[in-house]
Amino acid sequence: MMKTLLVRGMLAGLVAGVLAAGFAYLVGEPSVGDAIALEESHGTQAHDAASHDAASHDAASHDAPPHAESPGRAGSGDAAAHEHSESPDHAAESDAAPGHNHGDDALVGRGVQSTLGLLTGVTGYAVAVGGLFAIAFAVVQGRVTTLRPRVSVALLAAGGFAVAVLVPFLKYPANPPAVGQAGTIEDRTALYFGFLALSVVTAMVAVAVGRAAADRAGAASGGLLGVGVYVTVMAVAGALLPAVDEVPDGFPGSLLWDFRLASLGTQVVLWCALGLVFAMLAEKALGRGSRDGHAVTVRQ
Amino acid sequence: MSQTNVVSVPRPTAVRIPLREIVPWAVFTTVLALLVLLFVTTEAGAVSLVSDGLVHEFVHDGRHLLAFPCH
Ligand SMILES: [Zn+2]
Repeated sequence: MMKTLLVRGMLAGLVAGVLAAGFAYLVGEPSVGDAIALEESHGTQAHDAASHDAASHDAASHDAPPHAESPGRAGSGDAAAHEHSESPDHAAESDAAPGHNHGDDALVGRGVQSTLGLLTGVTGYAVAVGGLFAIAFAVVQGRVTTLRPRVSVALLAAGGFAVAVLVPFLKYPANPPAVGQAGTIEDRTALYFGFLALSVVTAMVAVAVGRAAADRAGAASGGLLGVGVYVTVMAVAGALLPAVDEVPDGFPGSLLWDFRLASLGTQVVLWCALGLVFAMLAEKALGRGSRDGHAVTVRQ
Repeated sequence: MSQTNVVSVPRPTAVRIPLREIVPWAVFTTVLALLVLLFVTTEAGAVSLVSDGLVHEFVHDGRHLLAFPCH
């Protein structure tokens, strides 16, 4: 049974990933493209100022006549495009932040990044999340909730989205390329994943507390208590943890808004599709199991 | 706590999979999922397993649009 659920969770993740990648391509890629264009035309001053002293020199070299490749050639990834990235400035930049090459000096061209790469990244994430989602469902079904499978799945998807995406996003929102200083990537990564981990652990504790309370005071009171515990802990943690505010001067507010909305929308599509598809598949899986006459453990 | 019984039921009102059946799959899935998530969300930022950054650049846009810190 567990294997069946796991396969179905990953399958639901695959469907969700493809749909979310489609959304991200249509709604998100325009702002990613605009942000990268800004990053390159402004000489990425936000990164360099933080990462090394040669900021002004570096910015000046970026303002020099644009690199020779046409977008098409940059996408082809031929040897000439690579040689070009070995100038001292670029080498220093790569040392400071291995991850911030786009366009001209990239190993993977923008044409691939914004299509096949996007699809692979979002789908890989979604399949992994789908697998974990199936495990979480197997644990809560019959223990935390005794509702029919598809209702449990819908509640779990809504909760999963809030805990794994929405709450971390409210504290540390998504940023497009050109926003964020290279020198602080380690701190920002630690803060983001720390907050995400705290959110997941707090949610587990809150569910356990709520479930215990529900046995004594009823489902409504237990649910309210669980949500209350979670919201209180996360609100306090959110107030205490440092903020990240690295939007460079002059970065268009509307572009930042569009990007963040597209990012949140991508995750909404992903979790909605994951929930809906897995609800259907889990209901069938558990239904067939019992029709075959398997013994099942039930709560009295 | 409520008592449990093993019975055969015609419709799944509250199927409960035993924890001992879940745990091995949970461990397997978690390890695999964390590896995939590491590549999509963290590789070549704060953590780097493959030094040339190829994987990172390939999934770069997904990482930004899924709201993970990138650069
Ligand atoms: Zn990036």
